[in-house]
Amino acid sequence: MAERAGEPSAQWDVVVVGAGPAGAAAALTAARAGARVVMVERGPFPGSKNVYGGVVYPRVLDDVLPGWWDEVPVQRWVTRRQTMMLTGHQALTVDFRTEAWGRPPYNGCTTFRADFDSWLAGKAVEAGAHLVTSTVVTELLQEGGRVVGVRTDRPDGDLRAGVVIAADGVNSFLAKEAGLLPRTQSEHLTLGVKEVLSLPREVIEERFGVTGDHGVDIEVLGCTRGISGGGFVYTNRDSVAVGVVVSIAGLAKAKVRAEDLVADLKAHPAIAPLVRDGQLKEYAAHLIPEGGYHEIPTLHADGFLVTGDAAGLTLAAGIWLEGVNFAIGSGLEAGRVAAAAAACGDTSKKGLSAYPKALKKSFVLQDHKRLRHAPDLVMSPRVQQQYPGMMADVVEGLFTVVNPAPKPAWSQLLRKAAKGNGVRFRDLVVDAARGARAFR
Amino acid sequence: MTYDQIAFEDRMGTVEFRVAERAHIVVDSDVCRSCTTKACVTACPANLFAPTSDGGILFNYEQCFECGTCYQVCNGEGAISWTYPDGGHGVVFRQG
Repeated sequence: MAERAGEPSAQWDVVVVGAGPAGAAAALTAARAGARVVMVERGPFPGSKNVYGGVVYPRVLDDVLPGWWDEVPVQRWVTRRQTMMLTGHQALTVDFRTEAWGRPPYNGCTTFRADFDSWLAGKAVEAGAHLVTSTVVTELLQEGGRVVGVRTDRPDGDLRAGVVIAADGVNSFLAKEAGLLPRTQSEHLTLGVKEVLSLPREVIEERFGVTGDHGVDIEVLGCTRGISGGGFVYTNRDSVAVGVVVSIAGLAKAKVRAEDLVADLKAHPAIAPLVRDGQLKEYAAHLIPEGGYHEIPTLHADGFLVTGDAAGLTLAAGIWLEGVNFAIGSGLEAGRVAAAAAACGDTSKKGLSAYPKALKKSFVLQDHKRLRHAPDLVMSPRVQQQYPGMMADVVEGLFTVVNPAPKPAWSQLLRKAAKGNGVRFRDLVVDAARGARAFR
Repeated sequence: MTYDQIAFEDRMGTVEFRVAERAHIVVDSDVCRSCTTKACVTACPANLFAPTSDGGILFNYEQCFECGTCYQVCNGEGAISWTYPDGGHGVVFRQG
C-alpha cells in the first residue's frame, strides 16, 4: 500500500470518475501500483450509459491483461471489414477479409458495452479498486486552485483524493468545471444513433458470409443526405447493428431527424438485404468528440487528469474509426501516473506532467498527431457530398459495356464523373494533396 | 415507401429508462421564445422537445438518452439547463 500521500486528509489516493473503459483502465493500473482507488459510476453498472459503433480493438490490453481474448465478452471477432461509398442508387465497396483476425491475438471484436465495460471494471476491482455505482459526481472539490476531491449526490458523499481522474465521458462536466473544456463545442461533436436488430444466427452468417464467431464491420460514406458523417453496419451474435454518425451542427442546420437517416440507410439497395426483417431490440444515441488532435484539451491540472472521451481522444479518421482503445490507452497511463504521484506526495500539475508526456510517447497522441488533418478532410463537403458519387460513376462507367461504342478511356470517365458531380479538376488536385498529407 | 416501419413511441419502447423524480433537463421557455432556430426540436434523438404555439418549448426528460445534443446545439444562452439524472437513474443501455 502506498503511504497516505498528497493531501494529508485524503481518504483516497485516486478517485476515478466514470467506470467506462478509460476509468476502468485507470483504476486498474493505479490499484496495481498499490494506490487506494475508488471508481464512481453514475449508472447502475459500468457500460449502462455507453454506446459504440463498430469495433472495439483490445490489443491495447496485451501487456496489462495477457490472454484477455479468453475472457473478454465478445459478440463476434471481426474478420471481414468493408468500406462502402453510397449514392442513392450505387454502392462502391472495398471488402477485405482475413482468417488471421479470427484467432489469437485477434484484431477487433463486436461487443455490448454493458458487458465489455462491466468486464473491464471488474478487472480493476480484482486488482483492488473499489467500485461505487448509481452515484453521480456533481462537482469538484477545490482548495487554493487545486482539485482535492469530488462531491457526489450521496449523503455525506464527498470523496477526498490526491488525484481525481476525469473519465466522465464526452460531456465531461468535470473537465468543464476545471476550465479545460468549453461548455459547448457543437462543431466538433457528432451524434451516433444505432438500432440493434434481432436476426437468427444462421441468417446473419448467410447474409454476411461468415461462420462461427466471426463477424463483419461495414463503414459507410455518402448515406447522410450531405450532412457530414457516415453510417455503419456490424454483426453481433444474433443481431445486426445499423446506425449513422453525423455532425450535430450539420444535423441541426439540416433540420433532419437522426432516425430518418438510419431509415434511409436501411432502405438502400446495398444495405436493405442485410437488415431485412430484423426486429428492433434497442435504439440508442450518444455523442462522440471527433475534433481530433487540434481539439484535445490540456490533459492535466493540479490534482486532476482527463482521459478518454472527456479528453476528446476518439480517432475519426475515415478508414480508422476508434475510441475505446484510446480510452483504455489514456486510462492506463493516467492510473500509473496518478498512483506514482500520490505515492511520492507530489500531485501538483508538475507532478502529474508525466501523464501528457506518456501519452505523447504512446499511440494515443502519436496516432492523433499523425492523423491531425484527417478529421477535417473526411468531414469536408466534397468528401461527404461529391466524391462518393464521382467514384461510383467512374466505376459504373468502367463496367458499363456500351457496344457498339468502344470502351471509354480512364481520363474520359474521370472527367465526366467529376463534371457530373460538380467537382472541378483544381479541387481534385487540392484534395489529393490534402489526402496525401492527412493520411501520410 | 413507408418511411420508417416503426412508430417513434415503439422505437423508444425498446429502451430501458429508470425515471428519476427530479427532472435533469430544465428549459427556460422565455429564452426559447426569442430563438429562431429551435435546433433542439429536430436534433434531439429522443424527440423530447416540442415547440408550443406561443413560441416556447415543451420538454420531457423521462426518455432521455443523456447524450447532450440538446444543450450543445442550443444557441440560446442558458435556455437549456442540463445535468445528469440522479445516480442510478435514467437510460440503461443493454446492447449499446
